[in-house]
Amino acid sequence: MTVMNQPETAQTATEMSVKKSVMVEAPQAHAFAVFTERQGGWWPLASHHIGKVQAETAVLEPRAGGRWYERGVDGSECEWGRVLVWEPPHRVVLGWELAADWRHDPSLQTEVEVRFVAVGPQTTRVELEHRHLERYGDKAEQMKAGLGSEGGWTGILQIYAAAAATPA
Amino acid sequence: MIEPIHRMAALGDATRREIFGILAAEGPSSVGDLARRLPVTRPAVSQHLRVLKDMGLVTHQTAGTRHIYRLDPQGIAALRDYLDSLWERALNDFKAAAERSYLREKEKPR
Repeated sequence: MTVMNQPETAQTATEMSVKKSVMVEAPQAHAFAVFTERQGGWWPLASHHIGKVQAETAVLEPRAGGRWYERGVDGSECEWGRVLVWEPPHRVVLGWELAADWRHDPSLQTEVEVRFVAVGPQTTRVELEHRHLERYGDKAEQMKAGLGSEGGWTGILQIYAAAAATPA
Repeated sequence: MIEPIHRMAALGDATRREIFGILAAEGPSSVGDLARRLPVTRPAVSQHLRVLKDMGLVTHQTAGTRHIYRLDPQGIAALRDYLDSLWERALNDFKAAAERSYLREKEKPR
């Protein structure tokens, strides 16, 4: 197991996280490959991209330390984070380095752990945990003064609410 | 309306995070109980709780002379909503893509 760039933080009582799981009718190795190496094929890029131009694809380099980024239709690349743990076909941990104002900020890393559990030869339970969201609190303390209501989470939430309200 | 960025700022303080964590893990607690658990004075705990309350992260009620604090589910939910929705959507799209591509590969053996 390779763990990169794990900042040593004081023990925090608060573990704020988002947990999700989904049952996929496909073998474990297939599910792992689609989630990682073929992420550009399914990530909801139309509504979830950070670059100025429309995103063409999402790329996750298949190795510990690999980059995780989106590529825009004009070829520009915007970093999302890093691959922290690469254990095919069981588990991948991604460092999500998007700040509260949705810019890439490698000093603010939250973690997305994805586990692929084979519950049958053709059935995989995919468990996702996006954790250490409390780290946004540390950063927010520093950024509070400089961030207007359009720049921070409020702005993102408004954009998201608008996108979510638009029928697909 | 309290902006989420300010809610998160309230959790930027280590003691407040700890208070928040105790309430999250163990449920409602009184100021006195919290003060006994933490290396800070009771007035300091009250002060931190007031900040958390102003930010909509905890709610407060009195039981006799005791002040009981608990997490405000609305406040916490607002913080996590965006990422929660994002992953919900992303995992659904992922499931559809994984199942579709697997069926295709099964039907067309290499």
